[in-house]
Amino acid sequence: MIYFMWKFRDRPGYRGSPEALHNTPLEITWTVIPTLIVVWIFWEGAVGYLDMTRIPKGTVDINVTAEKWKWSFKYENGGQNSFVKMGENDIPVLVLPVNQDVKLIMQSVDVLHSFYIPAFRVKRDVVPGRYSYLWFRPTKEGVYDLFCTEYCGDSHSKMIGKVEVVSQEGYKKALEKAIQEPEDPLERGALLYKRLGCSSCHYAGKEGAKGPGPSYNGSWGKTVQLENGSEVAFDENYVRESILNPQAKARKGYGSASPMNSYVGRVKDVQIDALITFIKSLEQEAAPAK
Amino acid sequence: MSVADRPIVMPGSSGQVAEYPEHHYLNHSKGFLSWALTLDHKRIGVMYLIGVMASFALGGMFALMIRIHLWNFQDGWLENKTYNQVFTLHGAIMVFLFIIPSIPAALGNFLLPIMLGSKDVAFPRLNLMSFYLWVSGLVLFLVALSVTGLDTGWTFYTPYSIETQKGGAVLAATMGVFVLGFSSIFTGVNFIVTINTMRPPGMTWFKMPLFLWATYATAIIQVLATPVLGITVLLLAAERVLGIGIFDPKLNGDPVTFQHFFWFYSHPAVYIMILPAMGIISELMSVHCHKGIFGYRMIAYSSIAIALFGFLVWGHHMFTSGMADVTTIVFSALTFTVSIPSAIKVFNWLGTMYQGTVSLNTPMLYALAFIFLFTIGGLTGLPLGALSTDMHMHDTYFVVAHFHYVMMGGTLVAFLGGVFHWWPKMTGKMFNDKVGIISAAIVFVGFNLTFLPQFVLGTRGMPRRYATYLEEFQDLHRLSTIGSLVLGFGLVVAGLVLFHSLFYGKRAPKNPWGGATLEWECTSPPPHDNFASAPTVDDPYNFAGIEYDPKTGGYAKA
Repeated sequence: MIYFMWKFRDRPGYRGSPEALHNTPLEITWTVIPTLIVVWIFWEGAVGYLDMTRIPKGTVDINVTAEKWKWSFKYENGGQNSFVKMGENDIPVLVLPVNQDVKLIMQSVDVLHSFYIPAFRVKRDVVPGRYSYLWFRPTKEGVYDLFCTEYCGDSHSKMIGKVEVVSQEGYKKALEKAIQEPEDPLERGALLYKRLGCSSCHYAGKEGAKGPGPSYNGSWGKTVQLENGSEVAFDENYVRESILNPQAKARKGYGSASPMNSYVGRVKDVQIDALITFIKSLEQEAAPAK
Repeated sequence: MSVADRPIVMPGSSGQVAEYPEHHYLNHSKGFLSWALTLDHKRIGVMYLIGVMASFALGGMFALMIRIHLWNFQDGWLENKTYNQVFTLHGAIMVFLFIIPSIPAALGNFLLPIMLGSKDVAFPRLNLMSFYLWVSGLVLFLVALSVTGLDTGWTFYTPYSIETQKGGAVLAATMGVFVLGFSSIFTGVNFIVTINTMRPPGMTWFKMPLFLWATYATAIIQVLATPVLGITVLLLAAERVLGIGIFDPKLNGDPVTFQHFFWFYSHPAVYIMILPAMGIISELMSVHCHKGIFGYRMIAYSSIAIALFGFLVWGHHMFTSGMADVTTIVFSALTFTVSIPSAIKVFNWLGTMYQGTVSLNTPMLYALAFIFLFTIGGLTGLPLGALSTDMHMHDTYFVVAHFHYVMMGGTLVAFLGGVFHWWPKMTGKMFNDKVGIISAAIVFVGFNLTFLPQFVLGTRGMPRRYATYLEEFQDLHRLSTIGSLVLGFGLVVAGLVLFHSLFYGKRAPKNPWGGATLEWECTSPPPHDNFASAPTVDDPYNFAGIEYDPKTGGYAKA
């Protein structure tokens, strides 16, 4: 194109020909050759795709749950994923064995999400109301990024994680660690705060109120304002109800936030107790703004 | 009609129209109402032009807000929530208020009847109504977007769009889309009827300018695809208001169904956006090369082919959504069929340059920029159409860069080229060509600087619609932000060139570029009735005998 711009430019003493309007052999050539090229590209793409969707036998199966705005992973022995600090946030870590086929059985509790590990070149949407599957075979030990790539609301860009590929030995150890929950209620509550995904919306630090949901710190034992204008005591019963039926008594100023999902059937009484202990322990912290 | 409204006929030159008209459509009548209630397709076109340019400026501001926010990998100047609202506004305004109406409604309205040598479109009242529908859609839409803080992205994907408690916003915005859709349908119907019934004697289908072929193909898509958008929006509203389970899994609906409905419209809509741009380029290439278009029939057929194939490929937006494998593979195969007619057009435009006389002026440079950028946009579509590579690149910045190359590098640049090309015809004023050329150069450099880094970001795994991102991506994001500022500056320069010409521009001759289509046979600006009598029709691409006339600064038939 640049050659033509130079060669045939308008200049004094030059006059192009108004001919050359049509050349059938040339036109057929530039139709047929691109056609052949795209047929080849299509073929390669389709074959690759079929390889990516045929799930082999004998995989390591892992359950993946997507929720606004966190990933959680459940291993075959019922254990759950651990966390790693990134900046202010705790992000989930999925541990995988090297050189073994892995199958993910994925579900979403609320809206569309999409599971994406760029280094593995795999991606699949997680659609509420059905299971999606994804398989791959990690071949190199290391730590890789994990993203959500289907827009899912306020903290979409915080819905990230790490994938850690370890040796077979390391994987066994990780599995053992994954089923343990500390006996001490406070430690257990602190772990569950991250593991159940509370931390993705509710702040529990020392800086007053921040994040999409009401902060945990500094409210225990006080009376808090509700969205409907009434008041309620922030006690054991209120925390329990807010976990099991979050919309019943929404805090003032949070009525228009993305609604929290109910945890009915997903959390045991002993775990609720631990969470209450954890929230109680935050009472001494600075009072939140609202 | 008074005598003064007729074009002045110079004595001695049988039927020759005066070079500089005293009376034309702009001063035909005065006052606000003479514009607000006009049935003149030219005035409606100009009003659309002002409207879409204002929408573009608004959408562009949001784009710059996004880019500036992404300068740092975290703690940008917007909150996450605000960022999500801003990218929703950017996408929705650009798609529904700018790109879709830009070329057909603004340039199409102005040019279509003149190119046909007729006095107006077939249904002038419907035309005015379509403009007012567009305005009311715009108001509904903007109020919904800005007051309620809609944050679903322009795609309104369920179940997020149902679940979000800004439900009223979704409802109002979709109503806006619904109304805008009708505006689009009315324009489409009008154009189809006009082209079918009002061609002048002698203008057979294959003697039509290619811009009309492209507009015709676009109008077909508008009429056939837009109702599906209306249905989708109605279903969404029914689900929200009446609680019928269609898309929401909580009510036994299926969210993927929404994606099928949505893309069944929105993919053909991509061709509503690009086909008229291709039509403009076909005109610009031949006029500014002073040579007939290469392979006329192939270009005309490929417009129709793109319009038809465009209906069959919507599934390629959903390769990772979990459709059945067979469906996915069939959609992939169909997707590639669209690439062929597009490639044919690019080759034909280059063939037009071969042995031509290429005038490197502002419209031509925009046209050449279009070919370059559109080709990149088209070629990067291939790895997205191929399934195995799409698995990696879907919903990343690679896709963002790809569609900006097609939509912005394609449609916007062609739109600018078209506006510069027909500006003398619309306003009767010549713009400063040198500064115009500089604007084209800045836009070209800024555009590539903005979007080339995004291809790299995408292949490295940077997902779309992220308000914060990992630190490793920061350098490329900063490069892209710098590019966007350069691009914004270039567009401002282009705008100023046009604005400047309104007050200081030289009077435009009848045919400043040496075009052979009918619009260059009436005065600049055209009289109220375009042509006193139906003009004679010649081959629209016969450039033999069109000579430069130094006296007027324009071209005339020798």
